[in-house]
Amino acid sequence: MQWIAIGQLSDIPQRGARCIKTPHGKVAVFRTGDDRVFAIEDHCPHRGGPLSQGIVHGASVTCPLHNWVISLETGKAQGADEGAVRTIPLKTEGGTIYIASSAAVEAA
Amino acid sequence: MTEKLIIIGNGMAPGRMLEYLLEKAAGRYEITIFNAEPRVNYDRIMLSPVLSGEKDYEQIIIHGDGWYIKNGITLYKGHKVVAIDRAAKTVTSDKGVTAAYDKLVIATGSVPFILPVPGNTLPGVLSYRDLDDVQAMLLAAQSRSKAVVIGGGLLGLEAAAGLKERGMDVTVLHLMPTLMERQLDPAAGYMLQQELESRGIKVITKASTKCILGARKVEGVELDDGRIIPATLVVMAAGIKPNAWIAKEAGIATNRGILVDDRMQTSDPDIMSLGECAEVGGHVYGLVAPLYEMARIAAAKLAGEQGPGFVHNDTPTKLKVTGIDVFSLGDFADGEDRQEIVLRDAAAGVYKRLVLKENRIVGTVLYGETADGAWFNDLKKKAIDISDMRETLIFGQAYQGGAPLDPTAAVAALPDDAEICGCNGVCKGKIVSTINDKGLTSLDDVRAHTKASASCGSCTGLVEQVMKFTLGDAYNPIAVQPMCACTTLGHDDVRRLIKAKGLKSIYAVMQELEWKTSCGCAKCRPALNYYLICDWPGEYADDYQSRFINERVHANIQKDGTYSVVPRMWGGVTNARELRAIADVVDKFQIPAVKVTGGQRIDMLGVRKEDLPSVWADLGKAGFVSGHAYAKGLRTVKTCVGSEWCRFGTQDSTGLGIRIEKFMWGSWTPAKVKMAVSGCPRNCAEATCKDVGVICVDSGYEIHFAGAAGLDIKGTEVLGLVKTEDDALEAVVALTQMYREQARYLERIYKWAKRVGIDEIRRQILDDPERRRSYFDRFVHSQKFAQVDPWSERVSGLHKHEFRPLATVGLPQAAE
Repeated sequence: MQWIAIGQLSDIPQRGARCIKTPHGKVAVFRTGDDRVFAIEDHCPHRGGPLSQGIVHGASVTCPLHNWVISLETGKAQGADEGAVRTIPLKTEGGTIYIASSAAVEAA
Repeated sequence: MTEKLIIIGNGMAPGRMLEYLLEKAAGRYEITIFNAEPRVNYDRIMLSPVLSGEKDYEQIIIHGDGWYIKNGITLYKGHKVVAIDRAAKTVTSDKGVTAAYDKLVIATGSVPFILPVPGNTLPGVLSYRDLDDVQAMLLAAQSRSKAVVIGGGLLGLEAAAGLKERGMDVTVLHLMPTLMERQLDPAAGYMLQQELESRGIKVITKASTKCILGARKVEGVELDDGRIIPATLVVMAAGIKPNAWIAKEAGIATNRGILVDDRMQTSDPDIMSLGECAEVGGHVYGLVAPLYEMARIAAAKLAGEQGPGFVHNDTPTKLKVTGIDVFSLGDFADGEDRQEIVLRDAAAGVYKRLVLKENRIVGTVLYGETADGAWFNDLKKKAIDISDMRETLIFGQAYQGGAPLDPTAAVAALPDDAEICGCNGVCKGKIVSTINDKGLTSLDDVRAHTKASASCGSCTGLVEQVMKFTLGDAYNPIAVQPMCACTTLGHDDVRRLIKAKGLKSIYAVMQELEWKTSCGCAKCRPALNYYLICDWPGEYADDYQSRFINERVHANIQKDGTYSVVPRMWGGVTNARELRAIADVVDKFQIPAVKVTGGQRIDMLGVRKEDLPSVWADLGKAGFVSGHAYAKGLRTVKTCVGSEWCRFGTQDSTGLGIRIEKFMWGSWTPAKVKMAVSGCPRNCAEATCKDVGVICVDSGYEIHFAGAAGLDIKGTEVLGLVKTEDDALEAVVALTQMYREQARYLERIYKWAKRVGIDEIRRQILDDPERRRSYFDRFVHSQKFAQVDPWSERVSGLHKHEFRPLATVGLPQAAE
């Protein structure tokens, strides 16, 4: 798998998110309170809200439009809501964040 | 050896005293009674029913002749005591009987107050005190002619009603503007007058009697204003006074009545006094309850016991006129420290008023429905704090602890297709079937699965009722609604503990208050962030990651992920330069929509997030700052043009609006705050549906608050009138600060006010200048840290990560 460096861990605030632009739409990259990093489609399964703009809590994000809660680990809607977003493989090495290129570039 | 006890008077008080005494110490005394009336002890309270014909004398006798014989009591009927010889310890009657005493009790009662007007001794002028008076009235009533009753108090009205029953044409003259003004407030007095008049009794209030007319007997009454009311019978019922002359004559200390201590002891150690003639603790009494209390105490003392002494208590008053139910208790005058609860049912002729002081009943007036009088009396006597039942208190005891109209039954009766949640279009059938299918038991579950009450929440009560009747006893809503699933604590507890424990960060709160999650959720974090900002200005560092996106990027997110931008226009006033700058920004950034808002601002919609800092930079150059249209904070102060332009304007409403907005912008509040200032009561700025509104009037500024024109429609409450613009600003600011410190996150002012009570807010903000000032000062302090334009901060680079993508991958690098 090919990895593309997208930035430093310190570029994302704790319990925050940044976006990356790809040919197939935006990907949201999250940093949790305990410095884990996740990437998912920036598109809520409910009404397409930008998940990167939501409040991050634990390993979940709450969509800013209608408060769906999405798991960053599985991409699945939590609670009674049903739906999922695609998760994108990602790794950090020495403070640098890498995203799986095929996933990001081809299938996003 | 038995002691000799002599009692002067044979009314209800000494009668009751003897009953107690015989119970406690039978045989201790040799008892002699001198009674000026030629009869035994009867129930004077029942004279009115005798007059009206509902009862006769035999039925109101308390102690018959047999009782005196059985208890070995000597009763001198028709003997009026004319002298007390304290040295020789004897009394002498007008019929020449002299008797010796060891202990003497004076219970001579009261005498009617006879107006000192010419003609007051004419035959046909009566008072209303004893059976002789009643018999004289009954005799006069046989003529079925005209009667005048002077005095619209308890006794006078009972006399009037009785005489009317007996077929007389009755007019009541009352000196005061409303009837029974000592027992009833004007509203109840008015209803009483209406009722009496509907029964054919004429009532003349503010009637001052000049003289009683007649040559050899009564022919009429002349008033000060010259009116003459013909009458063959005049009943004086203008009050009573204690009958203390015999004691005074004997050199016993008297004032209005015979002075006694709390154990009915006069200034002579061997002489006691009780009843209407006694004055204890500055009070004289005319109602039976305190007189019976005196009787109990006097008997205990005579029996050699040391019980508790006499304590003043307000006694309820009831009018004994068949078909008219009136109840009055305690003190019902208005007062700054008092609140009232009033219930009126015009159709049913019901008026109820409770006067409260410090959450306790101090006075009660009931008209038309008096069944709960005893209960209110009990609450008053025991000084019970009624806060918990305040909302239903006025409906009476039967409505406490249970709803009058069972709301669950009402919901159960709804059809399945009845819409419960308007926001999400959820009907009753859907909620019931989802509860049953999925085995839901909590409101959160029902919200999650059906979406009912998941949006605005205004149908929460209804949803809970649906759950109640679907689940029956299995549904048990917890008393305190927790803030969210992360804690069991409610908002109020959390706010209290933040202050009490000095918690100054979100993590400190979560740790100390044992949050169930590591870093909270999207519900509790924004709430905690607000509470900490409000409570620790300058100390707590705002946590942007705990803010909703709108407050993080200072613009309003739209459905497509773009933002809308609203610059501040102080008081809704703008000019050509500002409008030109807006137009330029719209062109430059190809902003697709521009709209005027309800708060008198201009909204630019469809701005791309990454353009926000540049848009703000251009707006900033034209002098604009953020309009906070996205914030749980002060949004807009809407104004009308006021005295500067409008021919109706009374004050400079535009100027005041701008002043308020410049003073308060930037402050964070529990929910959005929208204000308005109108220059006159025509209210063109619509101040009476705002969170806080000001209506300018000639005499000053009327401060309004707790209005709503959104999910709920609600007119404002009036806080009060202040004289100057400075006062208006101080009141508005203090009110807002009180709200900031007390409300739950996302709770608008009207909901907070409903919870706290309008009166309480008024008390703290208007009636207590010190308190108002301290709220004001705290607001001013917090503004030092809040009044920073977030747009210019971000234009200079703060949080720039928010507005730029982290990276762009797989896209050809644009060459243009």
